[in-house]
Amino acid sequence: MSYINKPKFKHPQLKTNEIGLTRRDYEGTLTTLCAGCGHDSISAAIIQAAADMALEPHRVAKISGIGCSSKIPSYFLSKSHGFNSVHGRMPSVATGANIANKDLDYVGISGDGDSASIGLGQFCHIVRRRINMLYIVANNGTYGLTKGQLSATADLGSKTKSGEESLYDNIDMATLAIELGASFVARSFSGDKQQLIPLIQAGLKHKGFAFIDIVSPCVTFNNTDFSTHGYKNTWENYIALSEVDFVPMREEITTSYSAGKAKEITLHDGSVIHLQKTSNNYDPYDKENALHHINKYKKQGQIATGLLYINQSTSDLHELQDTVDKPFNTLGNHDLCPGNEVLTDINETFR
Amino acid sequence: MKPTNIADPNYFHKVVDCQWACPAHTPVPEYIRLIAEKRYTDAYMINWQSNVFPGILGRTCDRPCEPACRRTRVEEEPVAICRLKRVAADFKSDIKDRLPAIPNKKNGKHIALIGAGPASLTVARDLLPLGYEITLFDRDKKSGGAMRTQIPRFRLPVEVLEEELHYILDMGINCRFGEEITSMKALLQENFDAIFVGTGAPLGKRLDLPGHKEAKDNIHTGIEWLANVAFEHVSSIGKRVLVLGGGNTAMDCCRTSKRIGGKDVTVVVRSGFDEMKASPWEIEDAMNEDIPVLNFHVPKRYILENGKLAAMEFEKVRKEYDENGRRLLIPTGEDPVILPCDDVICAIGQDNSFPWIEKETGIEFDKWELPVLDKQTYQSTHKKVFFGGDAALGPDNIITAVAHAHEAALSIRLLCDNQDISVRPDPHTTLDSQKMGIHQWSYDNDISNDERYIVPHAAKEKTLKDLNMEVELGFDPELALAETMRCLNCDIQTVFTDQLCIECDACVDICPTDCITFTKNGEENELRQRLMAPAEDLDQDIYVSDVLTTGRIMAKTEDLCLHCGLCAERCPTNAWDMRKYLFDTAKAADACQS
Repeated sequence: MSYINKPKFKHPQLKTNEIGLTRRDYEGTLTTLCAGCGHDSISAAIIQAAADMALEPHRVAKISGIGCSSKIPSYFLSKSHGFNSVHGRMPSVATGANIANKDLDYVGISGDGDSASIGLGQFCHIVRRRINMLYIVANNGTYGLTKGQLSATADLGSKTKSGEESLYDNIDMATLAIELGASFVARSFSGDKQQLIPLIQAGLKHKGFAFIDIVSPCVTFNNTDFSTHGYKNTWENYIALSEVDFVPMREEITTSYSAGKAKEITLHDGSVIHLQKTSNNYDPYDKENALHHINKYKKQGQIATGLLYINQSTSDLHELQDTVDKPFNTLGNHDLCPGNEVLTDINETFR
Repeated sequence: MKPTNIADPNYFHKVVDCQWACPAHTPVPEYIRLIAEKRYTDAYMINWQSNVFPGILGRTCDRPCEPACRRTRVEEEPVAICRLKRVAADFKSDIKDRLPAIPNKKNGKHIALIGAGPASLTVARDLLPLGYEITLFDRDKKSGGAMRTQIPRFRLPVEVLEEELHYILDMGINCRFGEEITSMKALLQENFDAIFVGTGAPLGKRLDLPGHKEAKDNIHTGIEWLANVAFEHVSSIGKRVLVLGGGNTAMDCCRTSKRIGGKDVTVVVRSGFDEMKASPWEIEDAMNEDIPVLNFHVPKRYILENGKLAAMEFEKVRKEYDENGRRLLIPTGEDPVILPCDDVICAIGQDNSFPWIEKETGIEFDKWELPVLDKQTYQSTHKKVFFGGDAALGPDNIITAVAHAHEAALSIRLLCDNQDISVRPDPHTTLDSQKMGIHQWSYDNDISNDERYIVPHAAKEKTLKDLNMEVELGFDPELALAETMRCLNCDIQTVFTDQLCIECDACVDICPTDCITFTKNGEENELRQRLMAPAEDLDQDIYVSDVLTTGRIMAKTEDLCLHCGLCAERCPTNAWDMRKYLFDTAKAADACQS
């Protein structure tokens, strides 16, 4: 852990976004994770994504569970709302917050322990309930905070630093999310911000449940040559199904994309995801195809990354439940507690 | 780009902007850290080795280091390097036991030094400990040269001057003061093994306008007048004084006038205020003493009344640029300005003067009447004669004179040892890790956000009444400590070992000033545009690694690096390390004897 604070001085030519903030204004406190932890790169990617999109920090809520991953909301967007919740229970808190105020951008941060072991049940249900949020799993295949035991996402045959070999097949979070009905599923690598940043931006703007499984190496306990979640293996074996580019709604599209080679996905708010150089004309709208590709590459010992699956025609929880349009905090007492008469009327309907 | 060769002694030297800018290459951050530790004597000795006159320079240096300071690029004001140097001098203890021993047995070589200013004294300082015999000539009865004659005592107290002169004079110099050398030819016949000319630029320029001849008793030449004040030949001046010129000499003249009878003292310059050559702080000090500066006034004539100087006439001009971008001064057509005065001091420049060096000595001069010299060795066209300081390249400053003199002393030693004087010994360099613990360094890497501290001044009411009372009081230890904390330790280098890098991006993510990028290699100009933040200052290098596992390279712009060490703290494999780079120029003592 560093003893000094990050110096306040910044690059004099650092860009200012539409709301007058620089990237440095989206930072949090100095990280206390191990040096080289992939999670810090995820924080940095979120900071850059938020700055590029000119997100208003007070319109963002960060929610996490327990684990190394779940510490990172401290390290970005320090002027946003935050809730560091109970182990594996981030989905419940996120669901509650989202029901209370659907106008905020929600970023859920979790890890493979938090979401694939203790919180697997919660994870399945938040996907199924289609909460409009971005759910990030910082996936390092190990329980770093308890000193390096194999986690449920460790691949069969992968070894920890102490030599323990994974005897079981892994839980593939991306496959699981697709199966359970997530409408935006991506996979990326903490080391590749060029891919990760646009995916975070697209995930934030996607209406519905967006999930990104990020391979984020644990330098201290799971970065050996025998680990499938280390830097070396990931650099060597990750395959980008397409190059991702995100253009926010208000920006003019200036990059030229050669026809036929690029796929264009317009999100609900008008921003656009460009997928270029897609391998074998990868179609992210096709669920079966997505699952097929993930498994195909996995069999070859490779990791399929990029935007794996997207479905823009599903409804989110608020639409399905026909909830009130306004955030609770803008409703008056009368709306929130309409009184005994209304309660009696409701009770009557059940008789 | 090719991987950066950090073994080149200049690469990391250039990163230490202050040291690189200093003509004598004083290791600035190193002594600033010592001041922070209250090791004033150690800090002083580092300076003394490098620039010979720390107490004098800590008050009077032109400080080329300060505009170069990295702090000006990430904040605004540089570290007060010069005034910290003074702190080392002010608070040091006795240094006599740290001075080099002078051998009793001499090496049989005898060197003549002409002019007892900073250049000659530096040569003496470098050669005396090596057993050379030195004879030092000066036309004045006291040593110090321009440091004594041109810098007023309210900027440089006589005790400070004498102390630092005597560290050298007491090493055992054969002083022949009050003896003006009038013939180089004659001197050459005295069979010295080498002669060093450090006579400065002793001739003040005159302004020969109509009325000059009649009014000449009240028209003074800046440096001569200052010397006369210094030697107490002059102790008063008229009530109304005009000082012509915008350099540091003009500032010294106007402030001196104010202290010896001048009530209504005005500085008048031909060009614009922002084109004045004087250091900004000298102008500021003069204006603080209620001395106005009139700009765009071109002097036309001296006006006499009853045969005595009564006023000067000026033409008002404005600035324009011609198609070649050259600055022109165009008369505005307004009425001439008449400024009444009792005395005029012309401080409009100074020249070299070598009437005593005869052609037949074989010493050649160029069209500016400066000696033809080898730029590295300072050897003239006569192999035994060397020049340094203002005498070598025209009027400059003390620190430049010291730098020349170190080189000349080295040349003299090589010459006396019958070695090729163009083969210079390498500088001393060391590059050592400063790691003390996982996240602990031997230096204070926490960056201070404080703005530059102002040096306290004595009360104006007192200083204006006393020609010898020093105006600047200097930092006290507390202020000095706070100011040292502003130093960014640019000599603690970020050293990258590509074989160790696992490309985790931790350094990129933490760097507060976006210095580090991992990207595809390319041509420098194109690469500079692709970095985390474009690196537009071409004078600031880019540190490029060899190709890494992913085929990318690491490119770090040195421009805005705060040397905070966070890249190395966040690096899991020690691919980044903070290493202290010490660079010392080779001096006479470093030449190997054949």
